[in-house]
Order: sequence, then C-alpha cells, then structure tokens
Amino acid sequence: MKSVWPIFAREFASYFATPLAYVFIVIFLFAMGAFTFYIGHFYENGVADLSVFFAYHPWLYLFLVSAISMRLWAEERRTGTMELLLTLPVPLWATVLGKYLAAWAFTGIALALTFPIWITVNYLGHPDNGVILASYFGSFLMAGGYLAIGACISAATSNQVIAFVVSVVVCFLFTISGAPLVLDVFRAWAPLVLVNAVSSFSFLTHFAAISTGVIDLRDLIFFVSLIALFLTANVVLVDLKKTG
Amino acid sequence: MIDIEGLTKKFGPIAAVAGIDLKVSKGEVLGFLGPNGAGKSTTMKMVTGYLAPDAGRVRVCGFDVELDPISAQRTIGYLPEGAPAYADMTPRQFLGFIAHVRGFTGKEAKARIHAVVGKTELELVLDQPIDTLSKGFKRRVGLAQAILHDPPVLIMDEPTDGLDPNQKYAVRALLKAMAPDKAIIISTHLLEEVEAICTRAVIIDRGRVVADGTPSQLLARSRHHNAVTLILPANQAEMAKNKLKNLSDVSAVEQSARINGTVELTAFPKSGALLIENVSALALAEKWDVREMYAEPGRLDEVFRAITTHDATRARESRS
Repeated sequence: MKSVWPIFAREFASYFATPLAYVFIVIFLFAMGAFTFYIGHFYENGVADLSVFFAYHPWLYLFLVSAISMRLWAEERRTGTMELLLTLPVPLWATVLGKYLAAWAFTGIALALTFPIWITVNYLGHPDNGVILASYFGSFLMAGGYLAIGACISAATSNQVIAFVVSVVVCFLFTISGAPLVLDVFRAWAPLVLVNAVSSFSFLTHFAAISTGVIDLRDLIFFVSLIALFLTANVVLVDLKKTG
Repeated sequence: MIDIEGLTKKFGPIAAVAGIDLKVSKGEVLGFLGPNGAGKSTTMKMVTGYLAPDAGRVRVCGFDVELDPISAQRTIGYLPEGAPAYADMTPRQFLGFIAHVRGFTGKEAKARIHAVVGKTELELVLDQPIDTLSKGFKRRVGLAQAILHDPPVLIMDEPTDGLDPNQKYAVRALLKAMAPDKAIIISTHLLEEVEAICTRAVIIDRGRVVADGTPSQLLARSRHHNAVTLILPANQAEMAKNKLKNLSDVSAVEQSARINGTVELTAFPKSGALLIENVSALALAEKWDVREMYAEPGRLDEVFRAITTHDATRARESRS
C-alpha cells in the first residue's frame, strides 16, 4: 500500500496543475444544476427530496467521468512518461490503483461540491437526509464503476479520443443493460440465466436501489466487484503491452 | 553488474533484438552504438523492465528483471529515449515525486534533490513547468531523475541529445565522475562521445552485436588508423606521392586538392603499421616544403559505416 501513495499524490495534484480540474468542476456543477432545475423541474415538483437531482447522475457521469478517465493511461502512453512510470520500482497493481484512486477522489470532490443543493432542499423543507446521504454514497460508488471501465479502456490506447468514445459506449451499455435495447440482443439466443445476468449489470437498477436509502449488500458487492474486475483488466492490459 | 544473455525481441516478423549477450561490470561506461532501428532502445527497454523479452534474460545486480523487477529497478537509474517527464509539473515537483517513489522522505528527499539539482545545474528553472523548458533543460531534468537515488547501474538513452557543446561537456564530466563505482550504459549517435567517455564501445546492427571493444580497438579497425596526412604545395605533390608509395609500409596514397594551391596527401599503412617516423624522415631527406603533417588515430565513423548496414539496404532486405 505504501507504494500506492506517491502515485496517487502525483496523479491527484496533476488535476489541479492545469485548468482541467477547474473547468471540469464548473461544468460538472453547472450541468448538475441545469438538469435538476430545468429538466428535472426541481421547484415545480414541490417535493423536498433530491431524487430528480440524483436521477440524472448516471447520464452525466457517462460523459463527464469518461472525460476524466480517457487521459488516465492514454496520455502517459502518448507522452512517453509511461516508460518512466513503469520502470520505477513500483508494482504494477500499485500504479494502476494509485492512478485510479486519484481520479476517483477527484470525482468525489466534484460530487461533494454539489452540497449547496442539499442545503437548499433542507432550507425549503424537511427531506430525509438519510436517503440523501445514501444516494450520495451510491452516486460516488457508481462514479467509481464508470471510472474503472474508462481507466481500463484508456490503458488499451494512446489516443484519448478513441478512449473517450469507447468508454462512453461501454458505460452506456452498462447503464442500460436492463433495458430492451441490450436485452433483446441476448434474448434471441442466450439462456435465461445469461439474460438475467446481463440485466443485473445495469447501473441504473443498482443505483436506483441505493437511492431509495437502502444500502443493500448486493448492490455494494456489485459495484465493488465491477471495479475490481476492471482494475484487474487494466493491470493485465498494461502488462500485455510489455510483451509488445 | 549487468548481465544480458541471449536477449531477443520480435515486433511482428521483425526481430528488433536478435540474441544479444553482454556483461557490463562496475567501472565500465559502455557506449551503445548502432544505426537508427538497430535495437539499441529496445535492448535498454528490456534491461529496465519496460518491455518483456521474447527469449533470453537480463540480470541487474543479481536480480532477474523479469522475475523480480522491483528489486532490479531499485538499482537502476534510467533515462528513457526523449527524456520524458510530466509536462505540467515543475522540476522541483517532478524530482519530489521521483524521490517519493524511490522511498525518500523529509530531509533526505530534500538533500538528494538539492544534490542532483546542483549536479545537473537546474537551479534556475526549478519552479518553471517542465513544458516551458528548453530541450537542454528537459534532458537534464531526465538526468537528474535518473541519478537521484545514486543507483549502481545507469541506463541512459542518448543522454546528451539536444544539449549544446557546453552542456554536453558538463554532462560528460558528470558521467565520468560517477563512472568508477557504477556500471553505465549509454546509447549515442555521437561517435566523439564514445571516444570522450566510454571505456568500451559496442556496435549493434539489426539486433546483433557486430563489434565490441575499447574505443581504441575499434579505431584500430579503421582504414585511417595510423595514416599520415601531409599538406604540400601543389607542385611537389606528384613527386611526393610516388616517393611515399615506395615506402615499405605504405599500402596506398590518396590525394585531394585544396583551395589555396596546396595538396593533401594521405598515406595509408599496411596492416596498422606506424608510418609517421618513416614519412617524416622521408620529408626531411627530400626537403619537401611541408606545411602540415599529422598522424590519425583512426576514424570511428568509418568503422561504424563499414560494419553497419545502410538504411536503404535494410529496407531492401526486409522487402525481399
């Protein structure tokens, strides 16, 4: 674990060394606000909860988190710092984990900065703050899931645009894997078990479950194991490039 | 300290490195020469654990790079091709990161950074983003990063590329000073660099070692090794040329005209014989009006060209 920290610290600081962090956070907050108030009709609903706010998180993450993850490995590869990084005496898993955690922590900060909306809703009424807290937790976990997918895809290419586009598509499939668009592809030929398995990959379903305020162990395990799976794939992908 | 055995790496059908064996011991500065695409960088990448070899193995300070990369990498300072560094960091931040990763903290990290910044003369640019630095400074940031932990093994891919003559001199002096207690491999295109700092020169071509020896051994393979050049007035040239040819150790004499009415004659020795004494005695006896005369140690570029293949040849061969 000791070797994760320097990697994490450098990666995390790198977000704030360029305008990237500030641009991202501003756009993130603006988009969150726009969706909640104009598309979600937060005021008109007249309900003191944040369900409309959280409902748009998966869709915003689809693009915004992919924008964070696309550079994670692709940029190292393009600028040649990959060679420097991978010849330092750090185990590969620690490098992968350190970079991932830095990106996740950064996303967490952006998410935490949405706190004024929580103050607003408390000012306007008496919302169930337990539900809101659980939703924040679920949202953070879901962002971690998107990030792990994006990081893994970024490791496969030195082209950030490709990394972004492929990440958005893969994350989109994971988001809606419970919907007919995805399931119909499998229904035609796959056994029911597989169809059910695919449908259980849906981020929307798991996030919706947590957003009700009930943190079910199954949802937790889903996200954690998905993150672990994609980070392992990330390690394997980086290692594969070693063999040319 | 560095032990390379049968190292092989293929990229698709092309063997970038085709069975290299090398041993480098403490105190050696090995100059790695070869045309572009000969496999220099690929070899270095395998020694440092960035690429995995298809066959063969590398041990650094006794650690197998494939089986125990972390232990091996702790003993290596590596300057990759192009001296990559995080562009948005300043040298201070970047070296801080390297120190952190190498396990130095607090006062020791500071002291080490201070020491390498002094050695590589980075004081003036310590707080400028690396992105904005000139090529020479970027290269020196890469050097500083490589020597920060005072490693017993240094692997440097073109350490003086992009430096001006003063900076080159400084870097060479730095490497020379560190050389006695380290094993160093540098790759370079500058043959003068090999003569200046290397104790051993290895030329590779198409992934194979084609020459391995001290720089003077390589020079001895040059046609110009011990050749003597005379500069004479043009009217004496023809006569001098014939007399020189008759010397017992001379194999050939070449003549080239110069602009100011003088002629340059170069006498080549038979199998490396020393000519200078006989030639100067002859010149004295014949009372030639010699403007300049010098013996040559040999020309590395000539040796290099003679034993490596030309780009075009290689392209032709890979097509067929």
